[in-house]
Amino acid sequence: MTAAVTATARIHARPDGRGGTALPVLAGEGPLAPRRTRGTAGEASVVLVGAMSGPLGGDRLRVETEVAEGARLRVGSAAATLALPGRHQDEARYDVRLTVADGGELRWLPEQLISAGGSDLYVTTRADLAARARLVLREEQVLGRTGEEPGRLTSRLTVRIAGRCVLDQELSCGPGAPGGWDGPAVLAGHRAVGQIVVVRPEFAPHPPAARVCPAGAAVLPLAGPAVLLTAVAPDALQLRRALDEALAALG
Amino acid sequence: MSRAALLVLADGRFPAGGHAHSGGAEAAVRAGRITGAGELAEFCRGRLHTTGLVSAALAASAALGMDPAGLDAAADARTPSPALRGAARRLGRQLLRAARATWPSAELDALARDFPKGAHQPVVLGLAARAAGLGAADAAYCSAYESVGGAASATVRLLSLDPLDATGVLARLAPEVDLVVDRAVAAAREALAEGPETLPGASAPLLEILAETHAASPARLFAS
Repeated sequence: MTAAVTATARIHARPDGRGGTALPVLAGEGPLAPRRTRGTAGEASVVLVGAMSGPLGGDRLRVETEVAEGARLRVGSAAATLALPGRHQDEARYDVRLTVADGGELRWLPEQLISAGGSDLYVTTRADLAARARLVLREEQVLGRTGEEPGRLTSRLTVRIAGRCVLDQELSCGPGAPGGWDGPAVLAGHRAVGQIVVVRPEFAPHPPAARVCPAGAAVLPLAGPAVLLTAVAPDALQLRRALDEALAALG
Repeated sequence: MSRAALLVLADGRFPAGGHAHSGGAEAAVRAGRITGAGELAEFCRGRLHTTGLVSAALAASAALGMDPAGLDAAADARTPSPALRGAARRLGRQLLRAARATWPSAELDALARDFPKGAHQPVVLGLAARAAGLGAADAAYCSAYESVGGAASATVRLLSLDPLDATGVLARLAPEVDLVVDRAVAAAREALAEGPETLPGASAPLLEILAETHAASPARLFAS
């Protein structure tokens, strides 16, 4: 019997003094392996490689990312994350903690999280930003592999800007979730749900207008210099298309 | 506390403007997602456990005497749709006017002074309950029940649904309303000790998306 895994990955980004971004800390553990890849001028790029399948029941995974003043970082993942049932009965945890200082920029763009049948995962994502930090944060959830009933998935997303909470949302779905999660008020049978949070200081004087894009994503200006793009879709591909369209329309 | 005061506050005839809102039911009917009592029940159940829980916890927290400004900010963070934030503040302003006339209190006066454009309705509801001598569970019951009652009565008008069917939906949800109130009051007590950030944030993506579709729709019967 395999033991449940407790692992933390850490990524720290700071300016390298030559107009680029250095990564003084890039540390993986267990199934979490961050790898530096080719970035662009000024922006460092990291890909999280899942060295093992996971998270399984009982696992405790955590990713901590800090972007210092003036640094720019993009984090993606090599593949979708698959939540699977484990031999341990208790839920798995996946905690993401993101910190961005003034003038720093983080683009957090992982691939989908797939909730496989029988899995039980609680994900928390918390972004703490300084007043003049920039963020693009995507999270996409796919409920079940093709033709499969989903597992239990609860996901909480919290965004703070200058200490003030501008977004705090939790979505619970799958067997055992509070009633109505698949009904006409929440998901209405859609199997892919996702959002992108965009934080830009210039949204404070000039927030984008609220609207629903043609492919179905809503553009929701929050009570702060941030916008939430949110969509539900039949599958991961259509969800990505809807979110990409809304993001591109922000300019 | 006076149990009759709870009936006054929870009465659909209390002049707080709720009848002009459908709780997202009109948009769901127009999208073809509510066509009868079965779908209405699932719609209401989803509302109850998401925005209903959040509203009930906010109302219970305000009834316990937490700072309304902190609760109002917590409500903003849990309501990403600007159309729904606007509707919540308009409803809050109307409820505050009615509550101040019914149960005059310094706290309600201060709320009106601090939020000239209206505070989120559940926050006002909690303070109104407090002014009426009611407790946290009373406020949570008003809020949780209202989160489904408005949608049910709107659907009667929108679909010409049999009112008996709509009332049946609400009656069958009663045990879940009890559960949501228990969770809301427990969350409010925790928030009283730990701060408003521990309040529940249960969300319903389609309610948020459809609220924006609805706000942009030129021909609508209900404001939200």
